[in-house]
Amino acid sequence: MFDQLSLYLAQPFVQYALIAGVLIALCAALLGVTLVLRRYSFIGDSLSHVAFCAMTVASVLHLLTDFALILPVTMLASVLLLGKGRRAKIKGDAALAMLSVGSLAVGYLIINRFSSSANISADVCGTLFGTTSILTLKPYDVWICVGMSILCILVFVFLYNRIFAVTFDETFAAATGTRVSLIQIGLALIIAAVISLSTHLVGSLLTSALIIFPALSVMRVFKSFRAVVVASAVVSVLCAAGGILASILLSTPVGSTIVAADILVFFGFCLAGRLVRGNT
Amino acid sequence: MPLLQCKNLTVGYDTHAVVSDLNFEVCRGDYLCIIGENGAGKSTLLRTLLHLQPPLGGQIQYGDGLRARQIGYLPQQTAAQKDFPATVYEVVLSGCLGGIGHRFFFGKAERRRVEDMLARLDITHLCDRCFRELSGGQQQRVLLARALCTEGKLLLLDEPTAGLDPMATQNFYDIIEKLNADGRAVIMITHDMKAAVRYASHILHIGGKQLFFGRTADYLNTARGRAFTAANGGQDDV
Repeated sequence: MFDQLSLYLAQPFVQYALIAGVLIALCAALLGVTLVLRRYSFIGDSLSHVAFCAMTVASVLHLLTDFALILPVTMLASVLLLGKGRRAKIKGDAALAMLSVGSLAVGYLIINRFSSSANISADVCGTLFGTTSILTLKPYDVWICVGMSILCILVFVFLYNRIFAVTFDETFAAATGTRVSLIQIGLALIIAAVISLSTHLVGSLLTSALIIFPALSVMRVFKSFRAVVVASAVVSVLCAAGGILASILLSTPVGSTIVAADILVFFGFCLAGRLVRGNT
Repeated sequence: MPLLQCKNLTVGYDTHAVVSDLNFEVCRGDYLCIIGENGAGKSTLLRTLLHLQPPLGGQIQYGDGLRARQIGYLPQQTAAQKDFPATVYEVVLSGCLGGIGHRFFFGKAERRRVEDMLARLDITHLCDRCFRELSGGQQQRVLLARALCTEGKLLLLDEPTAGLDPMATQNFYDIIEKLNADGRAVIMITHDMKAAVRYASHILHIGGKQLFFGRTADYLNTARGRAFTAANGGQDDV
């Protein structure tokens, strides 16, 4: 088994998948903490469907770089949903659900009617579940991931205190002079960038799972914000790496294997949380 | 010079005025209770005083060394905070954010300030505890410590005892009384008339317009004051 693993690890496509998968998982987990705590768990899902819809339009239009369409569309949706913070919540979960389901349906409609590809259902499967796309990355994709995650980590390190303040208590932060809407719009843009990149590379199912699972898991056990941020990044990276390796060895679909790993870890943390609480 | 002075202040949303023509001031050492029915515009006034929304008319002036962003604000708790993973220290430290300007990180001065405030409110032992696991009264103390980190010359409390049991409520009022005796001005929005009458030096009664502003003793001599106190007195916050 180890021989087989080292054989695969020598292949560039496996290395690319590991690097990109791990970096995307890292960014998604960091951003997921603030999304989950601000009660926006579902936004990751909606935005990844918006990105899916934009992706189908881009592929039908035969754009050379479909990213040029996906990114601005997702950013626009993200800023509209997240940029206004608490006040935007008036739009409610119904609007989110409509956006999510609507863009999924429209995306499929477009791909079905206008796609020139011979195998439509494989295309849909690929864009939704990232069946093979993560194993067909080019060095160019990997470099974008590296740039994206460096940006994401820098923003998180330097704005850490402000992100905490805005996440914990938006009103208080605004009253004491933090420029809340600037931070919220900045976060919304980065979230959109990570989600569109992630949907593009690994499919929309994996994208939304990567955002919510690590944060929700570690919140069961850890009690400080700093620990939650760090632990969810670590957990997400381990799950992504483990999931990719497992999927290669067991020849299972990459995206769903990573999500399965995340689910297992979630239940592990639930159990651990209960044990910790039981003892005190 | 007063810490805060409002002249012909009109507050509301967009073009819709909720309360108009407010004239009142808060000086060092004052304890002002803002009272009124639900929907009277108490929260709108508070948001305007904090510069979270612009006034529709009139002026808010700050003086005596107080700046707008230095008001120690104790907001009502949000639902999201009920299961938020954060230690008491992290929460209180976030109160120092207004004082660090464009710096990214907290320095020694901020950390010392947090330790001071924790000690002053007698919650140093809770420092590493998780905020969500504390009792309601302890949580309010933590949020009060955070408010004191801003500057602390003027405290603005938004129904601080809502949801607290009688014991915790009494403890909380005692702390505020002590802070007020130290020279801090306090503005408290409340439904608890018993507390307002007992602790406040001044009363601002609003309901669409300014119904009364003045000393508490004078308020109790007006017909409106007697009626409102009788209708809401004797009951704790509902």
